[in-house]
Amino acid sequence: MATKSGRVISAEKPFRWKQALLKWEVFLVIIFIAVNIMNACISPYYMSVNGLFTATSSFLEKSFIVLPMAYVLLLGEIDISVGATVALSACMLGISFNAGMPMGAAVLICLLTGSLCGALNGLILTKFQELAPMIVTLGTQILFRGIAEILLTDQATGGFTKVAWFKNLYWGKVGPVPIMFLIFAVCAAVFGVIMHCTTFGRRMYAIGSNPLAAKYSGIHVQKIRFIIYTITGTFSAVTAIFLASGMGSARSNIASGYELEAISMAVLGGILTDGGKGNFPGAILAIFILGFLRYGLGLVNVASQLMMVIIGLLLIVVVMVPNLNLGRIFKKKETKA
Amino acid sequence: MKKKFNLKSITSSRETSLVIVLVLLCGFVQFRNSAFLTPGMIENLFKNYAVTMIMALGMMCVLLIGGIDIAVGSTLGFSGMCASLFLRDHTQMPAIVIFLISIAIGTICGALIGLVISYGKVPPIIATLGGMYVFRGLAYLVAKNEWVSAYQFTDGYKDFAQSKYLGFGLVNNLIIITILIYILFFIFFKWTTLGRKIYAVGSNAEAAEVSGIKIHRIKIMCYAILGFLTGLCGAIYTSLYASAQGDMGTGLEMDVIAACVVGGVSLNGGRGSVAGVFLGALTMAIVGRALPLIGVSQFWQTAIKGLIIIVAVILNVLAQRAIDKNNLKGREM
Amino acid sequence: MKKKLLSAILCAAMLASVLAGCGGNGGSGSSTGGDANAPAADEGEANAGDDASSPSDAGDDAEASSDGKESSGGDASYAILVKSAGNPYNKKMIEGFQEVMDAQGATCVVKEPEEASAEAQIKMINELVAQGISSIAIAGNDADALQPALEEAMNQGIKVCCMDSAVNADSRQLFVNQAGIEIIGETLMEAVYDITGGEGQWAILSATSQATNQNAWIDAMKQVMEDEKYAGLELVEVAYGDDEYQKSVDQTQALLTNYPDLKVICAPTTVGIMAAAKVLQDESSSVKLTGLGLPSEMADYIGADDTHSCPYMYLWNPIDIGRLTAYVSLALVDGSITGASGETFTAGDLGEYTISEAADGGTEVVLGPPFAFTPDNIEEWKNVY
Repeated sequence: MATKSGRVISAEKPFRWKQALLKWEVFLVIIFIAVNIMNACISPYYMSVNGLFTATSSFLEKSFIVLPMAYVLLLGEIDISVGATVALSACMLGISFNAGMPMGAAVLICLLTGSLCGALNGLILTKFQELAPMIVTLGTQILFRGIAEILLTDQATGGFTKVAWFKNLYWGKVGPVPIMFLIFAVCAAVFGVIMHCTTFGRRMYAIGSNPLAAKYSGIHVQKIRFIIYTITGTFSAVTAIFLASGMGSARSNIASGYELEAISMAVLGGILTDGGKGNFPGAILAIFILGFLRYGLGLVNVASQLMMVIIGLLLIVVVMVPNLNLGRIFKKKETKA
Repeated sequence: MKKKFNLKSITSSRETSLVIVLVLLCGFVQFRNSAFLTPGMIENLFKNYAVTMIMALGMMCVLLIGGIDIAVGSTLGFSGMCASLFLRDHTQMPAIVIFLISIAIGTICGALIGLVISYGKVPPIIATLGGMYVFRGLAYLVAKNEWVSAYQFTDGYKDFAQSKYLGFGLVNNLIIITILIYILFFIFFKWTTLGRKIYAVGSNAEAAEVSGIKIHRIKIMCYAILGFLTGLCGAIYTSLYASAQGDMGTGLEMDVIAACVVGGVSLNGGRGSVAGVFLGALTMAIVGRALPLIGVSQFWQTAIKGLIIIVAVILNVLAQRAIDKNNLKGREM
Repeated sequence: MKKKLLSAILCAAMLASVLAGCGGNGGSGSSTGGDANAPAADEGEANAGDDASSPSDAGDDAEASSDGKESSGGDASYAILVKSAGNPYNKKMIEGFQEVMDAQGATCVVKEPEEASAEAQIKMINELVAQGISSIAIAGNDADALQPALEEAMNQGIKVCCMDSAVNADSRQLFVNQAGIEIIGETLMEAVYDITGGEGQWAILSATSQATNQNAWIDAMKQVMEDEKYAGLELVEVAYGDDEYQKSVDQTQALLTNYPDLKVICAPTTVGIMAAAKVLQDESSSVKLTGLGLPSEMADYIGADDTHSCPYMYLWNPIDIGRLTAYVSLALVDGSITGASGETFTAGDLGEYTISEAADGGTEVVLGPPFAFTPDNIEEWKNVY
């Protein structure tokens, strides 16, 4: 910063202000507000409490994956098998339900399936640490979807709507607030607290910044990786439950492409793929930015082909622009010094 | 003395283990269905998987510098679609012009992504994820939701993928192109400074920068090379199938990446060889080709493919561990 | 400096695309016109012009408190939701739908999901419900998975019909069937019988193993085959090309290799038949092809001689499906039909239609028998769709 004379306070204030503005979350809040204003301007249907809450249900079910995905990315790793895990868990849910089990048991089996899938990823990755997570999860992605295809062949497994409480998971509301939204809020809070207020969370940051240093400072790196991949599987199964509730049935080809959507949400939220960087609130904000943007554009019936172009550019530009700005500011500082 | 050394290096290389796996695989399939290893079948195999094989080389460039590109499927769709639309509206154009257009568009797409990654400091996975959406959307938009149908292509263009004039009447044109590109890249990576620079950047970017390599340029170049090959494949794809659809090439990126990784290219950068990529792509092609032939049920094919990828990469690791151990032993002695 | 420039360019590009999005919407996304019930010509103009983004400024005050129910009194708008974007068949269906709606001066909303999945369609149904649309015409990507979403829409007073690919009986009021399942089964079996000469091996190349209408047709064909007449025919395999070109090519070649005595391949899917036709023609195989395909895509392969792989094939007119669907939507909304069996209505120049019971327990109107594309008429049809 500038020379330190007696006037410290006045010198620090603009500095802080600048620093705060540069913070990713503030940037996201600004975008979030901008998106909402834009949507409200282009569609008369946008600004209604009912409508907005209903809108959340069209993207919240996949947002459950974003929570653990944030952890995975924080470690500097990636998991692209989540979409297939969702499909496999949903299929297991349907199969066990239609085999005569009560819905509660079927839900447990679904969660178990998801956790097992995640654990398999974790197991391979911790036993063979040389392997890049991308390729292992690419393999398991194909494998899990393949197993779902073997189990269900070309059939759908359905009839979930007969169980009222299960259908309400996706469609039910408490007042204007969807049940799914409440559950998501609780999960997000728990994940956020773990990430920012516990030793487990600090350890994740440590591993993400420098796995070797983390290992030598006594952190059980492999154990933590295993746990996180398993959780990712579990929450893929949670997504599967909501998806199955929303559709009332399941097939082997559902949830394709969810992995990329989850990753883009997390990264937009500032949790970069390099690891060790990012805040949880950012990821949550990003979920709502992308979700509301899609909803708003959908309300005015923008062609989905164009929507792809807009979302793609947004993703690139939002991640790039602050990088460029930061670079410029740092340069100025250097020249001043 | 020299001979012995060579022999050892051959038997202990990763490629050998892949060759063995391939031979076993082919033998098994041949045993189950004797129609597998016939000249016609092999030609078909290479012809239909030329796209994956060529693109795997480009993907290797990108993986070598520690990047990744999941936009290639969309780039292929976009460049192929643009070229086909141009052909539809200018039927007098010779096939080569269409190929050049497709290649140019592909190269530009690749270079743009490279620019964003190197100068914009956007992580490769995000930049290419964005690119994937953008190029796919554009492919739909330029085509206005239409397809370019077989009758709208010129005969010269359609025949290119079926005739053998480049191969002097012996081998299909696409196979000749594939072979030429593989030879070129083999030379490029083995004996040119630029090729070695790519390895340098991938193994240790900072060291490479200190030693005077312009990292940004190398990065952009790698993505542009991939774009170039993808553009070429866009033209090959439309010529081979005599049809251009907005959604062509969807999911191709994963096949290409899988081919590279099975071929021993490391996703962390700096490691991988042209021969390995060739074998990896060949393995994926044979798997895709053989499963329907040996009467595996439709519903089991996906799972088996996934299993093969996992087993292949794990075997690769085990082989590498054994090699490292061996090397250590050699040093001790 | 470079970076500044780069970021400026990208920002500009982004802004431009967003603007283009709003502008393009007027042209392709939703075409607005006057309204049947409460028309105001200048409103229609304004909507179609600059501020294309708000489809019903007029109904605004009427619908300020709306959750979608009041729309029938104000600005009625009709939505069509196809399987996916980027497919000329869907595009023709939309064109037919729009044509009728424009002629009636009704507002029409077009939705094309970026991928052919039920999830994407559920999202779009929710968006349509939020817009207070009057009716939804949908080509389902999944028969059952859309049920909760469509039931929710119907609870809001929205009329739901489906075309091309049915959703299950509980989630619709009416199905606009392009051709009866039995008729298609019989027609295709007859074609196979005719081309094989009554005996020999034949195979089916289908789309994805999950595609509802393909599976229904295949089942119908299998049923027809139990007849004595077809005893000489042997169905050796049902292969799935997943509606992907490359996979369909692989599957066709595998069929040729595995069954050297194969005489006919029947592909009841537009992508599959294209891929198969190309393979057969390139390899100058003696195997013949028939099925359901787009004339424009198949024009090169249809011919009576041995250099062409497909003697003839069938399809219906997607434009007519779109038009009939539009008339059904209009009739459902103005209350002249409810979707019960036995009701009749007039669909413009398409003529009179009667609603009948469908095989799945719901109701349907059948457009007509499939249309044969032969070497004689393909030249004139290939330019149409």
